[in-house]
Amino acid sequence: MSQSYDRGTVEDFGRWRSFTAGMWAWLFHKFTGWVLIGYLFTHIAVLSTAITGEAAYNNTIVGLESLAIVRLLEVGLLAVAVFHILNGVRLLFIDLGKGLEAQEESFYASLVITGAITIASVPTFVSGVF
Amino acid sequence: MSTQTEPPEQTDDETESTPEAEPEPEPRSPGQRRRDEKAARAAERDREAAEAEPDLGDDAITLKVFRYDPEVEGKTEPRFDTFQIPFTKGMTVLDALIEARDTYDSSLTFRHSCRQAVCGSDALFINGRQRLGCQTQVADLDSDVVRVEPLPHQDVVKDLVVDMEHFYDQMEAVEPYFQTDETPDGELEEQFQTPENREEIKMSTRCIWCGACMSSCNIAADDNAYLGPAAINKAYRFAMDEREGENMKEHRMELIEQENGVWRCQTQFSCTNVCPKDIPLTEHIQELKREAVKSNLKFW
Repeated sequence: MSQSYDRGTVEDFGRWRSFTAGMWAWLFHKFTGWVLIGYLFTHIAVLSTAITGEAAYNNTIVGLESLAIVRLLEVGLLAVAVFHILNGVRLLFIDLGKGLEAQEESFYASLVITGAITIASVPTFVSGVF
Repeated sequence: MSTQTEPPEQTDDETESTPEAEPEPEPRSPGQRRRDEKAARAAERDREAAEAEPDLGDDAITLKVFRYDPEVEGKTEPRFDTFQIPFTKGMTVLDALIEARDTYDSSLTFRHSCRQAVCGSDALFINGRQRLGCQTQVADLDSDVVRVEPLPHQDVVKDLVVDMEHFYDQMEAVEPYFQTDETPDGELEEQFQTPENREEIKMSTRCIWCGACMSSCNIAADDNAYLGPAAINKAYRFAMDEREGENMKEHRMELIEQENGVWRCQTQFSCTNVCPKDIPLTEHIQELKREAVKSNLKFW
């Protein structure tokens, strides 16, 4: 429908301001899902260094963990994973038809819990590198 | 710079004002002078009134309306027209549109009929959301600027009128009428429905075919093959109706469990949020998904 007619300024990208909670939940879920898939490949790549021997694996891990950027990315990865898990549980309940009237609140709850866990994890992840 | 030039200017004023004052004391009666002043004041008032906009009251609203007319040269480029509408208590967006059309521009085009949220013909995109014009109080919009656009993701025919053909096609695709092969034996016997079953489908019967949900749905916007929330809700209304019988339910499930049926829904809740009749569309779609799984999963 939308592709057949250009409505100029009416259907522009600025619509994101009027997105509702359900739409944001869907967007974040998509985004975090793709990030986790991307991480899966890097995860396998790093673990695969063990094929070439114990020392190579240890060197890779120690080398990566000594980088500040990797520590920060790990905090981000935790946030992404936690949100994906929590919102996934929310979607499971939606699929079961339970608590659909609380779908907005459950999304906000997922966000808050994700934020809390992420902040709590920061000391553990960044200790010793900064 | 200004501080340097100011003192000489002041002296200029004083020197100029003294010769002007001299011709003033001409022999004029006080009454004549008052009449002259009165005429001058009246002229001033007339001039101000002519310049100012018409008095619309303190709480006039600004109506910004999407305009587009492919048949008139110079109107083929989509644009927004602004109307100042005097606010009256209980005014709906549709009232404001009618006021704008009747007062300012008779070419302003929009659909409306019953004006009481029953006919479903005035679903519009009002302040960034699909709403019924007749059901939306201007006072509830917490903004003096009311922005009215045609429903997104549908072709605009003219101004606020969109092409509903695709929407109606999708509605027809789910066979939106009662049909059964299980009629009672007696000729005049009624087809009873249990109160519980009536409760189950009650909300889904409220659809007024306004198309707000279809317009709000991201998936339907991207994929024309998707049935859309309204059609699936209509399918729910009949599939869950026990009077149609098992055979007919199976037939209906075949229609809605297709790839472009219920499984396209990604539970963004947009349709449920905008539905003017408060139909829990996502809930109905999810229930049909469960029905589809149940009818296809066999563990024995």
